[in-house]
This record gives sequence, structure tokens and C-alpha cells, in this order.
Amino acid sequence: MDNLLEIRNLKITTLRGKNTVRLLDRVDLNIRKKCSFGIVGESGCGKSITANAILGLLPYPLQVSEGSIRYDSKDGEKELLKLSKKEMRSVRGQEISMIFQEPMTSLDPIFNVEMQMNEALSFHHPRMSKGEMRDRALEMLRRVNIPRPEQTLSSYPHQLSGGQLQRIMIAIALINDPRLLLADEPTTALDVTIQAQILKLMNDLKEQNDTSIIMITHDLGVIAETCEEVAVFYAGQIVEQANVVDLFTQTAHPYTQGLLQAVTSLGSETRKLYTIPGIVPPGGQWNQGCRFADRCSRCMEKCRGQMPALTEVAPGHVCRCFLHSEEAEA
Amino acid sequence: MRDYIIRRLLGLIPILIGISVAIFVIMQLIPGDVVSGILGIEQTPELREMWERKLGLDKPLVEQYFNWIGKAVTGDFGESFRTGAPVFPEIISRFKISAELAILGCIIAWIIALPLGIISALKRNSVIDRIVRVVALMGVSIPNFASATLIILFLAKGFNYHTPVKYVGLLENFGTNMEIMLLPAFILGSVMAGSVMRMTRSSMLEVLRQDYIKAVRAKGAPEKVTIFRHAFKNSSIPIVTLIGMQIGSLMGGTVVIEQIFSIPGLGQLTLTGITQRDFPVVQGCVLFIAFVYVIVNLLVDILYTYIDPRITYT
Repeated sequence: MDNLLEIRNLKITTLRGKNTVRLLDRVDLNIRKKCSFGIVGESGCGKSITANAILGLLPYPLQVSEGSIRYDSKDGEKELLKLSKKEMRSVRGQEISMIFQEPMTSLDPIFNVEMQMNEALSFHHPRMSKGEMRDRALEMLRRVNIPRPEQTLSSYPHQLSGGQLQRIMIAIALINDPRLLLADEPTTALDVTIQAQILKLMNDLKEQNDTSIIMITHDLGVIAETCEEVAVFYAGQIVEQANVVDLFTQTAHPYTQGLLQAVTSLGSETRKLYTIPGIVPPGGQWNQGCRFADRCSRCMEKCRGQMPALTEVAPGHVCRCFLHSEEAEA
Repeated sequence: MRDYIIRRLLGLIPILIGISVAIFVIMQLIPGDVVSGILGIEQTPELREMWERKLGLDKPLVEQYFNWIGKAVTGDFGESFRTGAPVFPEIISRFKISAELAILGCIIAWIIALPLGIISALKRNSVIDRIVRVVALMGVSIPNFASATLIILFLAKGFNYHTPVKYVGLLENFGTNMEIMLLPAFILGSVMAGSVMRMTRSSMLEVLRQDYIKAVRAKGAPEKVTIFRHAFKNSSIPIVTLIGMQIGSLMGGTVVIEQIFSIPGLGQLTLTGITQRDFPVVQGCVLFIAFVYVIVNLLVDILYTYIDPRITYT
């Protein structure tokens, strides 16, 4: 396998009463080795559930109804969707780790940091001694720039700040040297100054460890800071995907253009903040044509009847829009 | 922590004084008195006067109360008006029986409720969950005097069996004691189990939704670690609170069961004391029950600090 992770035709559905509702629709993604890949989109576009599906952590009643997620593990290629529970557990935290949006609630409040770091080691190295675990935990805390690591080990989550907790979450996620880190909005709940520190830390660690990162965010600023390649999600689909420079300079999809316009930047002349009118249609209420049609300023007759296909507009740059290609989805 | 415990124990004093005054007043207000009970139809004014003098009931009410409490603070809770026996040793020996019943009831309740609550939460909306919820609701809704009577009747009519009538202590004969105690303990336990199970289920469901549970799974935790070490321990605080309140109220709450199964416990002693207007007995029993209630709650509050490091007392 050339790629570290290949997602093909992934569909995720949920149950609403007795009805099955689609939340994610035929998503294909390739994550290269040692690459940081960004997934950007508004709330409810399917970006978080994609990450959860990779680790088999979809909450009931969500489930993967179709597709494949192939992963090139240390010991050969694996189809993650077909792993037994036990095999999946050995992937989680060891091969693929995850960090979450809310560091304040991502650590168990009733155990201290040391116990929660040791746990991550002991699940995968049951014979490791207490001393070895402590040394490893201290080393990781130093690497994520936690001041006074010894003291932090015996602290409980409520005694630490959000920034410190997210550093600890990153330390836990990287403690077994995983090859892929899923970062689900890791900076959303943090102060702006802390956000920049966390992003820099993640970039540094990625360079040191050769870990690939999937960065899930709604913040294009975060994408620009950290990612090499970006997929833009809208209503359970990829609408545009390109390397980060092309995405920002040769923006093709009207939705991505809208997102970029909605970013505020200092120094630009004062104007009213741009917003894309309307909201993301929730799963189950997608129209049969282009799902962005109702909010699009350049919507055409055709857009409402047919779904545009994801086609290449430039090498390595795909977009789902009739402005660029006449091709419709089969 | 030590200061906190001392403060809580000092707080007991006004509680106990308040309760003792309330009981004293209520005992005066209810019709009938102990002397009429003792004399029955043979009472004459002379006999009556003699008995009232003997029991100290001829003195003004305020003086009666202070006489009682003056001795109580030295640990002397007086003698029963009816039997003349000292009240305190009687309460202790009865309390042991009630405590055994209560503890057995709790153990039975936990053995039933905790696993079912956890399973019910994990298999939410499954057939098992539905059955468990209905059974739990029945446990909570059927009053124990009804289920007790029905079970006694059922065993007597169906199997020609009834529990031994004469009470035998735990240390005298363990087997017979269990034969006497298990059935009433089961009935007490089944009522408690209903609410403990419901609390366990809802508390577990709440915790299982938390981010840290997903984070623990993402670390590669085996399911049993996720469920017991993380989810159950986190959801145990409301369960411990509920159990603490139940143990406290069981002290008085065994009255009906003790009556139905004729177990000579504290509840039965209190009830007899009330019907006979035996003031020292009632006062002693109620104060003792209140004392146990407060101590159990204190123990629960201390237990919190071991479960949750965020809770500290200063």
C-alpha cells in the first residue's frame, strides 16, 4: 500500500425512529504517510464521524453501512471495518490515536494523570514495569512542554488548565508512537494564544515522530497552519479536495470560497463580516441535486436537478461543482 | 478532614435535642397515657396517683423533660415504664437484630440491582433492558407489606412452609437465623433494589455519554476496564448517596417487616413503646435511630472523598 490509510466509498447512517438516515455519503480519502491531512467543514457535515468511524468509535445508533477503510499497519495491511473487537483494541492507542475537542472532559475526573498515562501503556504493553511506565510518562510530558512533569503526574484533571490538559491528551495519544493521529477539533475549546501553542506543538511532534495527522476542524486558519492537503466536507460529502496552497489560491467550489470570505483577518479594511446564508441541511433532508444549491450565490437550473460529480479541475485538485465540469454523479 | 468530622458530630447535638423535644411534645399530645394502660379497668384515683408519683409523671412537664434529658446526657436513658428494665441495653440488643436485617437486605439489593443496572445501561432499549426496567418499577411500586403478606401466604398455602416463629440469634444458630431473616431481608432488598437499579442505570447512561469514556476506548481499553474502572466508578456517587439514605431510613423502615415476620428488632420495640405510651422507650429508640441516620450519612460523605478527588472537606 502506498498510502497509510485509504477510505473508499464510506457511508455512515443513523436511525431516526424507524428510519435510516444517511449522514456520510460515499467518501473517499487517501492519507499519505507522514502527511498532515485536514478535513474542514461546518458542524454536522460528517467530519467528526469520519474520524470516529476509523477507530470504530461511532456512538449508537450510528453505523458504517458501506465502504472500506484500509490501513497499512506495522504488521501488514488491515481492513479496519472488518477487525474483531480485540484486533481493533490493539490498533486504538497504539497504531492510531485520537485527541478530542474538549480537553476538560476528555480525561477521567477521578483518576490522576499518572494513572491515565500508565493505562495507555499497559493496554498495549502489559508487562511493562511501574518504573518504566513512569519514565515514559515523564518523557512524554517533557516533550509536550509541561512544566514540572513530576508534579503534573500526581495531579487530577480539575487541577489543570485546558491547555495543559490538551498537552497531556497529546502526550497520551503519542505515548505508544502511533503512525496516525486523529485530531478532532483539538484547539476549538482553547484560548487563541493556547491554540497557536498547541498547533505548533503538534507540528513539531509530527516532524519528530513521522506521524501522520488527520486534522478535523471548522477553522481554515488551523488548516493553513498545519496541513498539507485538505478536504472540504459539506452535508456528508467531499465538495473539494486539494493541496493546501491550491485550495487557498485556486479555490474552485463556491462553498470553499464562502468559507474563505467568512474568515476575518486583521489589517483588511473594515467591512461587514461575510456569512454564507442558511444552514447546512441535516442528514435526511438533502435534496437530490447539489446539496449546496440552496445557499449558493451561483446556483444554476441544473444544480437543483442533478448532483455534480467530484471531478479533477487541476492535477490533484478535485471539486464537485457544475461550474467546473458538466459531469453529474451517476 | 478531622475538623470536618468533629464539626459534623457536634452538629448532631442540636439535632438530637430538637428531636427529643419533638418526641416529648408529641407523646403528651396523643390521647391515652401509660398509667391507664398499666392499670387497665382496675384503676382507682389512689392507684393512679401512686403510679404517677412512682413514674415521675406528677411533676410539671418541663421538669419531667429536664429530668429525663439530665440523665440522658450521662448515658442513662431511664427505664421502661412498663417493664422497669433499663432502656439502653434493650435498644442495643434490638438494634443488632434490625441491623442484621438491614445489612442482609442491602446486600441482597446490591447483588440484584448493581449488575442489572449496569447491563440495562449497556444494552439500552434491548429486551433485557425492558424486562429489567419493568421488574424494577414493580419492585419500587409494590409496598413491602403487600409483597411480604403475599409471599407468606404463597409459601404457607403452596408449600405448607412458614419461617420459624421464635427468633434465634445469629450466633446461637446460624442456619435457623438465616431461615428467619433471609425472606424478610429479601423483601426489604427487593424494594431497595428497584430504586438502586434505576439509579445505576441512569447514572451509567449519563457517564457512558461522557467524552472521557470515548477517550479511554480510544486508548485501546478492554471493555471491562472501560465499564468498571471508569464508567461504574464515575457513576457510583449518586448510587452511594441513594444507598446511604436507604440504609438510614431502613433503621426505622424495618418496622412493618419486623411486625409481619415477628422479628424482635428496633422497629418492633419502637412500635410497642408507642402503643403503650412508654415514653422512655420511644424517646430512646427514636434518638438512637436519628443518631444512626446521621452517622451513616457522615460515613457516606466521607466515602465520597475516596471516590471523587474533586470532593474535599475543610
